[in-house]
Amino acid sequence: MPLPLLLAAATPPLAGTAADWLWLLPVLPLAGFALNGLLSLAGAFHPGPADPSADGHGAADAHAGGEAHADEHHAPARHRFAGATSVIGPAVLIAAFGLAVAIWMAMRDAGEMSAPLVQTYFSWIPVGALHVDFAFQLDQLAMVMVLVVTGVGALIHVFSVGYMRDDPGYPRYFAYLNLFVAFMLVLVLGASYPVMFIGWEGVGLCSYLLIGFWFTDKANADAGKKAFIVNRIGDFGFLVAMFLLWANLHALDFVGVAAGAKGLAFGGALVTAICLFFFLGCTGKSAQIPLYVWLPDAMAGPTPVSALIHAATMVTAGVYLIARSGFLFAMAPVAGLTVAVTGAVTALFAATIGLAQWDIKKVLAYSTVSQLGFMFIAAGVGAYATGIFHLVTHAFFKGLLFLGSGSVIYAMHAAYHHTGKHDDAQDMRNMGGLRTALPWTFVLMWIATLAIAGVPLFAGFFSKDEILAKVLERTTDSTLASATWLGLPGEFVLRAVFILALAAALLTAVYMTRLMLFTFHGPNRTGEAERAQLHEAPWIMTGPLVVLGILSAFGGWLNVPDPLGALGPVHVLSHWLEPVTGAATAMVGAEHEALPATEWAMMGGAVLVALAGIAIAFWRFKPAALVPKALAKPATGFTNVLEHKYYVDEIYDRAIVEPIVDGSRDILWTGIDKGLIDGLFVNGSAFLARALGWVGSKLQTGQLGEYAWALALGVLAVLGALTLR
Amino acid sequence: MVDVALFFSAVLFVIGVVGVLTRRNAILIFMCVELMLNAVNLSFIAFSRLYGMAGQVFVVFVMSVAAAEAAVGLAIVISIFRHYESVDLRNINLLKG
Repeated sequence: MPLPLLLAAATPPLAGTAADWLWLLPVLPLAGFALNGLLSLAGAFHPGPADPSADGHGAADAHAGGEAHADEHHAPARHRFAGATSVIGPAVLIAAFGLAVAIWMAMRDAGEMSAPLVQTYFSWIPVGALHVDFAFQLDQLAMVMVLVVTGVGALIHVFSVGYMRDDPGYPRYFAYLNLFVAFMLVLVLGASYPVMFIGWEGVGLCSYLLIGFWFTDKANADAGKKAFIVNRIGDFGFLVAMFLLWANLHALDFVGVAAGAKGLAFGGALVTAICLFFFLGCTGKSAQIPLYVWLPDAMAGPTPVSALIHAATMVTAGVYLIARSGFLFAMAPVAGLTVAVTGAVTALFAATIGLAQWDIKKVLAYSTVSQLGFMFIAAGVGAYATGIFHLVTHAFFKGLLFLGSGSVIYAMHAAYHHTGKHDDAQDMRNMGGLRTALPWTFVLMWIATLAIAGVPLFAGFFSKDEILAKVLERTTDSTLASATWLGLPGEFVLRAVFILALAAALLTAVYMTRLMLFTFHGPNRTGEAERAQLHEAPWIMTGPLVVLGILSAFGGWLNVPDPLGALGPVHVLSHWLEPVTGAATAMVGAEHEALPATEWAMMGGAVLVALAGIAIAFWRFKPAALVPKALAKPATGFTNVLEHKYYVDEIYDRAIVEPIVDGSRDILWTGIDKGLIDGLFVNGSAFLARALGWVGSKLQTGQLGEYAWALALGVLAVLGALTLR
Repeated sequence: MVDVALFFSAVLFVIGVVGVLTRRNAILIFMCVELMLNAVNLSFIAFSRLYGMAGQVFVVFVMSVAAAEAAVGLAIVISIFRHYESVDLRNINLLKG
């Protein structure tokens, strides 16, 4: 028996295959970043950044209110090197995707991989006992993430060519976008927590840069700062978790930590603390309560950025982190329950806010927060493969929804631009009836809506249903069910999570159908002149939508559940991820062979919830009764509370931001800086020197006689002292 | 003999000190300084009786320094007088702070 193992150890199964080119994956987009960055610097059309009001429809959603269209008929200031950027930007991503597919095929051909492939490139932090290599780790989980990041990323890059081409900052945009993908690939390929942290921080930086892409508008720059600062709070958790790992396990690479984790006390304070600190990092990056507030504001960036960074890839990094650290989270049931409860509460909370938003991108932003909550439910209950499955399908349908909304905004903005009307191109009250003008977008976004709502055979149905099933499965015979969470029995907590998730699933269907009804159905509210100008975006933008539409429709086939085995091979993704997450999942609770009847009942219930949500939306929301934004009356009652997002931003402002600002101003600035440092130390020492100088100058009378007297008395005093000693 | 010489030396010195402290006229102060120098000379001579010739050698040095000082000092007094038309030191307080 040991012989094949020995042989396998002697020659790594992936040697000599495309996997040797693993390092090239992040280097390709990095090269794109360098080239586009150089083009941006070399051919700056304007000395300053793009003024989104002055350029063409490229900056379609820069101005929600469209209030600053100072120079309406200004010719689009296309960047001098826009052509080169249009080639370089997407090409590096398509090449990376091609390489990823080649590596994936090599992995598939190599068969069972018992251990991850770790490639060390150089020694990064050799300090005493701490030794961190810059190394990449290829395993099944990383492969899935790489395929999603490069695949969906390539589609969104192609879409961006159409969406951003007329923006004067076009090469800068692609430089940031390429850099983002490079960091995201470092994040998912890193073989240790510190290397992952490089990517983790790098994507945060790119997120900041792209949210504030049109930074001449203060609101956009503020949104970028908010995202960056809120994420720092989470990163603090990530860092503390790494410190704890190092202090206790003396390892930071995934292989070493996984080996060391076995020696930790099950459910002990240490492993729970490590997991909770990691989860704090996740709440920041993946926009969960309490740190979700930055994500809706992040919609200030260009729409393709929202699709790539703030829906499909970066925000899912937290889910990836938990799946990657499954060996730790499986040891800490309390932390797992915390993750699941936070996910469930976030899912429902964000879904309710999504019900009352009018900005099409805000609805999708809260929807993203809500769907991320679903992923965390799965990750929390130890169903890591399920969480990753929802991550993948969500990347498809939410990427599609965002790009679709980008297409809508593009059309709206182009129409407003043409007629010179100043209005909000993102407010659904100004849309309506767009199905005739944008038939492709209309059909594709309905596919994504059905997918996210969980209508059978669309991608979201499979993944969401699996999450709900896993939660229910864990209520019996699992470490979570027997644990206690804040004095509550784990089984009860899990049932509560299930009910919250079910409610969130219902609301998902409601708010998404509402979005579709208000945007595409009913009468058109854009205005007579604008109506004629509404038309579908060019093919370079609808093409990626079509691909994502196909993926949203059929992505569920990745992981077909047992009862639907007639559709094709079952549990493909789960089996693929088994070597990475299987052991941790099994530790949380054994797989039950659920009765087919139970599974069918579960599935039927989930379908009923989805259909009920769609029906409620059709019954409750009548697009015919809507009036354009300018004529709309302010909302009242609970709708108003929802429209103001439960006033969470205001509460955070009052409870955290304002005390910090006031304290900084009154205590640190006027008190310590101006009072103590400037007043006492700087001006005080100057005053002291001047006072002493004044006293000294008064001694100098210029009268020789007095000096002589002083001299004589001094001599007498010294002599006297010596004599009388 | 030595004690008498030292007594007169002390008397001479105190006369010089009192003169420096009480006079206002630059010339007088200057002369009182000379008195003090010569009081010291007298002590040197007296002590040379007890301790050898070194004291007398010092006296020669002191007299030559005093002569040089008298030359420079009187020159300063003359230029002060030319400037102020007075040698009353109460009026001369350029170093007043």
